[in-house]
Amino acid sequence: MKIRIKFAKYGVMKFIGHLDTMRFFQKAVRRANIDVKYSEGFSPHQIMSFAAPLGVGMESYGEYMDIEVNSMDSIENMKEALNQVMVDGMEILSVTLLPERAKNAMASVSAASYRIRMKEGGFPVCGLKASIEGFYRQETIPYTKETKKSVLELDLKQGIYELDADDEGGIQMLVNASSSGNIKPSMVFEKLCQFAGWEISPSAYQVTRLETYTNLAGEGEPHRFVPLSEVK
Amino acid sequence: MRTLALSDEILMRVEKPARYIGNEVNSVVKDKTKVSVRFAMCFPDVYEIGMSHLGIQILYSMLNEWEDVWCERVYSPWTDLDAIMRKQSIPLFGLESQEPIRDMDFLGITIQYEMCYTNILQILELSQIPLSAKERGEDCPIVIGGGPCAYNPEPIADFFDLFYIGEGETQYRSLFDWYLENKRKGGTRLTFLRGAAKIPGIYVPQFYEELYNEDGTIQGRKKIYEDIPDVILKEVAVDVTNIPYPMKPVVPFIKVTQDRVTLEVQRGCIRGCRFCQAGQLYRPVRERNVDKLKEYALTMLQNTGHEEISLSSLSSSDYSKLDELLDFLLTECGQRHTNISLPSLRIDAFSLDVMSKVQDVKKSSLTFAPEAGSQRLRDVINKGLTEEDILRGATLAFEGGWTRVKLYFMLGLPTETEEDILGIGDLSNKIAAAFFEAVPKDKRVNGKVQIVTSTSFFIPKPFTPFQWAPMCTKEEFLDKAHLTKQGIMSQLNQKSIKYNWHEADVSVLEGVFARGDRRVAKVIRRAYEKGCLFDSWSESFHNELWMESFLECGLDIGFYTTRKRADDEIFPWDFLDCGVTKAFLLREWKKAQEETVSPNCKQQCQGCGANRFGGGICYET
Ligand code: SF4
Repeated sequence: MKIRIKFAKYGVMKFIGHLDTMRFFQKAVRRANIDVKYSEGFSPHQIMSFAAPLGVGMESYGEYMDIEVNSMDSIENMKEALNQVMVDGMEILSVTLLPERAKNAMASVSAASYRIRMKEGGFPVCGLKASIEGFYRQETIPYTKETKKSVLELDLKQGIYELDADDEGGIQMLVNASSSGNIKPSMVFEKLCQFAGWEISPSAYQVTRLETYTNLAGEGEPHRFVPLSEVK
Repeated sequence: MRTLALSDEILMRVEKPARYIGNEVNSVVKDKTKVSVRFAMCFPDVYEIGMSHLGIQILYSMLNEWEDVWCERVYSPWTDLDAIMRKQSIPLFGLESQEPIRDMDFLGITIQYEMCYTNILQILELSQIPLSAKERGEDCPIVIGGGPCAYNPEPIADFFDLFYIGEGETQYRSLFDWYLENKRKGGTRLTFLRGAAKIPGIYVPQFYEELYNEDGTIQGRKKIYEDIPDVILKEVAVDVTNIPYPMKPVVPFIKVTQDRVTLEVQRGCIRGCRFCQAGQLYRPVRERNVDKLKEYALTMLQNTGHEEISLSSLSSSDYSKLDELLDFLLTECGQRHTNISLPSLRIDAFSLDVMSKVQDVKKSSLTFAPEAGSQRLRDVINKGLTEEDILRGATLAFEGGWTRVKLYFMLGLPTETEEDILGIGDLSNKIAAAFFEAVPKDKRVNGKVQIVTSTSFFIPKPFTPFQWAPMCTKEEFLDKAHLTKQGIMSQLNQKSIKYNWHEADVSVLEGVFARGDRRVAKVIRRAYEKGCLFDSWSESFHNELWMESFLECGLDIGFYTTRKRADDEIFPWDFLDCGVTKAFLLREWKKAQEETVSPNCKQQCQGCGANRFGGGICYET
């Protein structure tokens, strides 16, 4: 049976990296006595996969992982058992039974929504909403992505599906999170700051992932994003 | 949610922020208004090393079982954070409360190896506690030292308010009770320490003075109060089955050195190898009940979710119920997809059978520790492992599919000759030859055998028969390593043998600290002030700074290392009593020079003195 687990990661847990989060869940699944399936071979490992890695320093209320189990009594009990073995800042939000043919979490990811807020107070700028609108109205938003090996020219505009100020003085966005066109919220924010002439230190704001989505639309159709937990 | 001691900005800047945030599964957070003793338990090395230490987990869980005590953990901040904390004057904090160590009642530091001494000073300085015990005010925590290096506490005596000599399970309650009583009575730091000095196993260094002869050796000791003991006897938990064991060890987020459940099957060792300090310090051997161990294994695996379990003891093969315990673990762990990591067992048919069930034979290696290259020298050190044993074990293993062997030796042992050193190459070669004999050509899995021979330099340690032995100089050590290499290179099968040796500089320093006296403290302090830190990490070890410090403090390294000690010399640690008598150690030192072996505790009691604790092996045979 394939199970999809949605969880939140916040507070001090934002300092735990992706690999360590995986290790945390491998141990948590054992503590919760979940009858998880193991791979074959000399050193079997749990069949477990994560949707989209979350960078260190980011919080999230929309993380996903899939596991396969041999048996279970009920979805509710599994959620309860897992929550019993969590730590502060790690919380199981939902557990869903997936159809057998469902794509795994990682392959399903196509978009994610984020919120950016100042850690203390609101953004120290005036005209937040107007600046965001002006920024988003640009035809293209070129971005130079430098990695150790290469320099890549991107157009962010293609991958920003929504961008807005939220009601509490923060910024919200929905961006491409697929393996081919993933856009980091910090990239968007960096360009926005440049556009509006703001100077904000990276440690002054907090990025929070709100949800991870898959696209139900067929090829050529407009996006139809639904949260990963709502795949039926 | 707790507020962290470090800002996001700092945590995002340092390597592995998870070292500093606490919050791990099974870490204990209490309401500070409801406890009366706050204790910071420190392992003075980086988190990943400190978190792997069983002793801390044992004490952490025992102290936190007590309702009025809150024990937290603290490790050495890595050099990146160290620099930030110094610059911004951020006080060192406990991982659980994230509150400053300097506001706690006790800071307990476990001292597992000599090369962490500068890290102890770092912990104190970052905690904003004066380095010298005598400079500490009423509001400073009481700084306690424990662990194997506390058996010669003198080189670091200046930095500690008290040392706890022996096993931690026995006296912490009385120490806390006295602390609380003293507080109630309006007593001072001094009155507390005076009372503590009378608790069994507790040593308060500032109440004693070391007196020297003209030649620099120790003449004796003077105590400043009449009513404190002259000799401090180590504490022993006689019945190891009925002492606390951590059923809920803390589970780190990041990968640490020992990321697993550890079962301590016994304490002590029957063998009496003459170079080995642990073998003497933890006498007598006491076994844990096997049913209790089985129960612990299941509970701890359940409570941690660890994927691996391992056994811990100095010589697990000597545990009398080993077969039964391993059988149980094999069955249970198989069902739970849990690995068993085996400690170095004596290689025989039984252990090979178990190993083949828990590891990939092709990928894993066998370990032998002959320690010396010739039978003569193995008799000197009382290592009861013969060439025949080794070759028989290796042949069995090769037939079972193993192709990798690790061999451990020591260079610079007392009475060592060229012949003994060349014996290392000979033995390595014979093992390679045994492979080609045991495994026909068409059955050689990887085509060849891999032998990794490693040598370390022998360092005489207190409370061993070799405490009288002169240590080699750095040059002698390097010559010996060179000769070993030549010996290996001249072997027929030299292509199958890889040779590794340790740095000699660190060994020399370790030699000074191991048998040092109170005068060594100023060198440690000087080197620390010059920037020495994490000396056990080769990338941060600066020998030149240490050499400068010795020179500036006017201390002669040779006095502590290469000097020959008379039979009746008073050693800096003679005022401690680890159970084993000096007379026994001297007897063993003489027997070593006569190349005579001593039977182990199971074969025949040697009258070492440890039977006075009234339990363990001494009363079983
Ligand atoms: S008294 Fe005898 S049996 Fe007991 S530890 Fe010493 S040598 Fe071994």
